[in-house]
Amino acid sequence: MASLTFENVTKRFDDVVAVDSLDLGITDGEFMVLLGPSGCGKTTALRMIAGLEDITEGRLLIGDTVVNDVDPAKRDVSMVFQSYALYPHMTVQRNIESPLLVRKYRADGPDHPARKLNRAERDERVTEAARVLGLVDLLRRKPAALSGGQRQRVALARAFVGRPQAFLMDEPLSNLDAKLRAQTRLELVDLHRRVETTVVYVTHDQVEAITMADRVAIMSAGRLQQVGTPQEVYEAPANLFVAQFIGTPPMNTVEGALGDGGIETGGGVVPVPPGLAGRLEVGRKLVVGIRPEHLALTPGGQLDLAVRAVEWLGHECLVFGTIGDADAVVRQTGMADVRPGDTARVAVEATDVHVFDPETTGRLA
Amino acid sequence: MSTATRRRPRYTLKESALGLALLVPSIVVFVAFFYRPFLNLLHWGRYESRRNGAYFEYVGLDQYREQLTGEDFREGLWHSIQFVLYTVPPGIVLGVLLAVAAHRRLKGIKVFQAIFSSTLASSVAVTSVLFFYFFNDTVGLFKVDWLENPDMAMFAVSLSSIWQNLGLSFVIVLAGLQTVPDEVLEAATLDGYGATRRLLRITLPLISPVLLFLLVVLVIFGLQAFAQVDLLTKGGPVSATETLVYKINRLNRPDNIGIGAVYSVGLFVITLAVTTLQFSLLERRVHYAR
Repeated sequence: MASLTFENVTKRFDDVVAVDSLDLGITDGEFMVLLGPSGCGKTTALRMIAGLEDITEGRLLIGDTVVNDVDPAKRDVSMVFQSYALYPHMTVQRNIESPLLVRKYRADGPDHPARKLNRAERDERVTEAARVLGLVDLLRRKPAALSGGQRQRVALARAFVGRPQAFLMDEPLSNLDAKLRAQTRLELVDLHRRVETTVVYVTHDQVEAITMADRVAIMSAGRLQQVGTPQEVYEAPANLFVAQFIGTPPMNTVEGALGDGGIETGGGVVPVPPGLAGRLEVGRKLVVGIRPEHLALTPGGQLDLAVRAVEWLGHECLVFGTIGDADAVVRQTGMADVRPGDTARVAVEATDVHVFDPETTGRLA
Repeated sequence: MSTATRRRPRYTLKESALGLALLVPSIVVFVAFFYRPFLNLLHWGRYESRRNGAYFEYVGLDQYREQLTGEDFREGLWHSIQFVLYTVPPGIVLGVLLAVAAHRRLKGIKVFQAIFSSTLASSVAVTSVLFFYFFNDTVGLFKVDWLENPDMAMFAVSLSSIWQNLGLSFVIVLAGLQTVPDEVLEAATLDGYGATRRLLRITLPLISPVLLFLLVVLVIFGLQAFAQVDLLTKGGPVSATETLVYKINRLNRPDNIGIGAVYSVGLFVITLAVTTLQFSLLERRVHYAR
C-alpha cells in the first residue's frame, strides 16, 4: 500500500493539453475518485499512474519514489479497465492467476528475498480472491461464457489478487445495468474497507463519486477544480463548474446584483448568505446558486417561479420552470400543488444560498 | 460451441426458388470451370496415350496405382514437401515479426506498412527475374551458384517465394493485430508481462485464427508453386527442383496426358488431405473470439 502524489504534472498530446499542472496528493489507503466529464483528463491522469502514458512535465510519486521513468510492469499497481480487458483465451482461473506469474513476492517473510510464487501458493491466492468475489464455481469457464457482472468481478479479482500498492479503476461500472451497478458500488466499498489499499477510481458519474469516495477530485478541461470529501464538494463547491456538476438535478443558478435588502435577481430578492454580509460593495454583480431541494414552494416565498412542467417520481416531485430568465428546478417530497402555467412563490434560507463571481466563476460564499 | 440441436429452418417454395436462382450463376461457373474439368481429369487418368497421342488405350485404375507409387511421383512429392517446409515456417515467422514491428502508432508508419506489403503487388515473374539476377554468379548481388547447385537450388527458389509471400503474410498478420484490443495488452503489461511474454501469451493466441488461415494458404501456395521454379531453374539442375506441379506441367503433352492427369488428381488429394488435417488438428487450439 502506498500514497500517490501528483506534483505539478502536465500531459500534452502534441498541442492538446490533457492534464494541466495537476497537484494532487492521494493518501495511503484512501478511496479517491477522479470525477469529470469526458475529455477532462481524468483517465489520462489514471493512465499516468499506471505508466501507460508518459508524463510531459512534473513528478509522479508512488510512496516516496518518483516513478516517472519506472516501467509500468514494475510499478506494482493494478488496473480495472472499462472493457474489463480479460484474456479471452484463458479460463477465469488463469485470468486471475495472471498477475502472480511474473511478479516477485516476499512470501517467506520480510527478511527473505522476494521470489516468484509456486503453483500451490498461486492456487491458494486465486481461490481466496475467487471466494471473496463469488467466482469459485466459474473458475474453469472462459470469459465469453460469463455475464457482464461476472466478467467485471473477474477483472476485480485479477486486480486484487496481486495485492498491489494501489488499484486503478477506469469507469469499471459503466458497462453494467443500473441495478447491478448499484449493487457493485456497495461491494466495491466493502472490498476496499477489507483490503485497505489505495484506490483511484475514475468516473463521469457523480452519483458513483459521492457514494463511494473518501475524497473526490473534480476535473474539467485538464484542470483540477476541487478536491474534498463528498460533503465538502456538495456543500461548498469551489466554483460554478463543481456546483453544477455535483448533484442531480444540478444546482439552479441565476444572475443578480447585490442590493440593500439582499441579492436582486430577475425573479425576486434572494437573502444574502451569512459569510458574504458586508464583504462586497452594493451593486456588485453576482451569480446566485441554490440547490433544487433548498427551494420550497410556499406562498410567502421571496422568488417567483414560472412553472413549465411537473414531474412526479413517486418518492419526490420535480417542478421545472424559470426564475427571472434562468431555468430552475424545485425538488420536494410528495406531490406539488402547482400546474404548468402557474406562477408560484418559492422560498430559500440564507444559509442555503451559494454566491459565485460571474467573472472568475469562483465561490464567494 | 453450442450443443443444442439446430432446427432446420423451413422455407416456403418461393423462398427456396429464389435461393436457388441466386445460386445458379456460381453453380454454372463451378460446373463449367471446376467440376467438369475435374471429371475429365479422372477420366483421362484411366487412359494411356499411344504413338504420341495419336490414340489412347484404356488401362483403367492400374495407371493410378502404378504412377502414384512410382519413383518419379514420390520424388516430385518430396520436392513439394521440401518447398513447403522451406517457405511456410519462415514466411509466417517473418510476417509476424514484420507486422509486430510495424503495428504501432508512429508518424510515417503507413509508409513502412506500404513498403512491407508491396511484394503483394509484384508478380511471381517479376520476383523471379529479380532473384535470378540476385543469384547470378558473375553480375548478381549475392554472386552465388545456388541455381546451378543441386543441393542449393531448392533453397534458392524458396528464398524468392518467401520474399514474394512476405507481403501477404504481413498484411494478414497486421490485420489480425489490429483486432487485438489495446486494453488487453495494457492489462498484460500491468500484470508484469514483458514484450516477448506479451507476444507469446496474449497476442499470438488472440490472432491464432488468422495464423491458421495464413498457414493453410501458404501451404497451398507452396504445393502449387510453379512459376518461380519454371523461371529460375526449369526444374533443374538434374530435376532437383522438380516439384509435383512442375512435373505435371512437364507431363502435360499428348504423349503423357494420362500420367499428367493421374499426377494432378494425386496432388489434389494430397492438398485436400493436408488442409483437412491442418483444420482438424489445429482448430481445437485456435481461439475464436465470440
